Amino acid sequence: MAELKTPVAPATGSARTTSRGRYRLMRLSRRFEETAHEQFGDGQVPGPLHLSIGQEAVAVGGCAALRKTDAVLSTHRGHHHCLAKGAAPDRLMAELLGRTTGYSRGRGGSMHVAIPALGLLGTNGIVGGGIPIATGAAYGMQAQGRDDVTVCFFGEGATGAGVFGEALNVAALWRLPLIFVCENNQYVELTPQEIHVAGEIWRRGESYGIPGVRVDGNDVNAVADAVGDAVARARGGGGPTLVEAVTYRWFGHYAGDRAAYRDDDEVNAWRANDPLVRAGAALDPAERAALDAEVEKEISAALAFAQQSAVTGPEAIALDHYAAA
Amino acid sequence: MTAVETPTRSLKFWQGINQALVEEMERDERVVLVGEDVGRPGGPYGVTRGLRDRFGDLRVRDTPISEAVLVGLGVGGAAVGLRPVVEIMFFDFAMIAMDQIVNQAAKYRYFSGASMPLTIRTMCGAGGPNGAQHSQNFEAWYCTVPGLKVVMPSNAADAKGLLKSAIRDDDPVLFIETLGLLPARREVPQEDDFLLPLGVADTRRAGSDVTVVAIGRLVDRALAAAERLEQEDGISVEVIDPRTLAPLDAETILASVRRTGRLVVAQEATSPFSFASEVFALAVESCLSELKAPPVRVASPFVNVPTPVPLAEARAPGVDDVVAAVRTTMREA
Repeated sequence: MAELKTPVAPATGSARTTSRGRYRLMRLSRRFEETAHEQFGDGQVPGPLHLSIGQEAVAVGGCAALRKTDAVLSTHRGHHHCLAKGAAPDRLMAELLGRTTGYSRGRGGSMHVAIPALGLLGTNGIVGGGIPIATGAAYGMQAQGRDDVTVCFFGEGATGAGVFGEALNVAALWRLPLIFVCENNQYVELTPQEIHVAGEIWRRGESYGIPGVRVDGNDVNAVADAVGDAVARARGGGGPTLVEAVTYRWFGHYAGDRAAYRDDDEVNAWRANDPLVRAGAALDPAERAALDAEVEKEISAALAFAQQSAVTGPEAIALDHYAAA
Repeated sequence: MTAVETPTRSLKFWQGINQALVEEMERDERVVLVGEDVGRPGGPYGVTRGLRDRFGDLRVRDTPISEAVLVGLGVGGAAVGLRPVVEIMFFDFAMIAMDQIVNQAAKYRYFSGASMPLTIRTMCGAGGPNGAQHSQNFEAWYCTVPGLKVVMPSNAADAKGLLKSAIRDDDPVLFIETLGLLPARREVPQEDDFLLPLGVADTRRAGSDVTVVAIGRLVDRALAAAERLEQEDGISVEVIDPRTLAPLDAETILASVRRTGRLVVAQEATSPFSFASEVFALAVESCLSELKAPPVRVASPFVNVPTPVPLAEARAPGVDDVVAAVRTTMREA
């Protein structure tokens, strides 16, 4: 499936994480969201929940070559990006459950998480809202003479937003260290991408001179290689890249959306192409089982941490609006 | 009085802005300036002239006409350690970037607990020949957004001192300049640490009969009206320029209204849901029983801005309108 618009240097970043590490992180993301989904069903999530189950390879592969000082911009569907960039599952779960120990004191929920200390500059309630910020983060790194990079995740729906074109133009003009990762899960909210997207997304950068590549977004190594190449080029001053990672959203747009607008056959075919199973196939079954057990412990601990934390009360509403005088 | 004389220079409003930018960029290398035509041309009205030559292309960057990404350059830049100043050429164009201003910059601290040291400079075209899409006064909209500060200086000295404070502030500040004021001169302090605090009003003229709260171009007009009322009617007018609209220095305004018992608010924006409406609400909530007469708003009529300057000026409130408003409040028992 991978098609290279412009030949790029061989992968350098992909060796930074092992098959084992990638599988573990994907498993963590999967179990985190399954657990959050159950909590949502039990009425314990006081806000909307957009699940990325089935898309874990894009986040884990997309962050494989990143350092803490690199930046990531995420979306409304962003738990997997947060975890891949280093968010603690316990504090993230606490945020979803509206607890004081959450990253935004339990006031923001899943669409409003930003952890600047980890380079996670925000999930976002606005489709495309992170794209201009990513452009600014990449400019900031360039202006400071750093060799850090910014990875901007967005869905195929965001390619219809004007800021996408604006950002491609600025990134190309200024050769910004910016990697656009379009996580194409094939559904824009409640309608299929055919309703929203003309042409081919991976070629959107062509006239700007931005290399584009389309990869199998359910293959964590393919994503890691493509993004890793782009990251290496960006660090060296080679400018931006557009990566389209084709994947599939297993669930509805939001928890509670039964996605009756989709064919069962289509869903089942994609579920059979599970990125987590594919990542796990590289491992010895015993090793995989051991990792699964580790992840279960971590998720149980995260849930317990969240449940044992205080529910955020009205006294927190007014905090964090302006710098302390 | 043995106060040490602060050196001053007579500068135009735009020079005050330029000087603030130069001083802050010299002082702190994290300060950058990005915007349309800010670099090579030095701005459409010359406000940023000389900066690119002095600080280079990376710190003074001309951007494409992409207002949303332009503000995003500031939001993202601030998030990774810069203290960006982004320039939106005309205030009307800020609407194109509203998501980045309102949904992103203003909420960053609320989501993350982290600073967002971003200054968004823009220019209201009032006083110029540019018509209905380049001359609007929408400052009140932005004052409804928690997390945002809004500054609107009326003269060269305030422009300099407030811009320097805005750049050093750790929250996003919308800084509104006014085209019609750019050539206006005032003595401007020249020491490097001439900072005017945000959120503090300036009582430009002391008086005892009527409080006039004025912003933007109406400050000078209110001062001229006060002079005339003193001479022609013997009315003593206090003129207050809040300078910062959000957070508003309600204390200074209300203390004056309590003393005078009469309130006029003068602005170039139209009346409905405006800055003047907010000041009225504060006065009614806080000191209704001390008002001797109903307050009066001086504002533009609820119509669009015409392009020819004589027509635009006919629409804008002038000295006569302030004089008439003050006389109205004085006629009431």
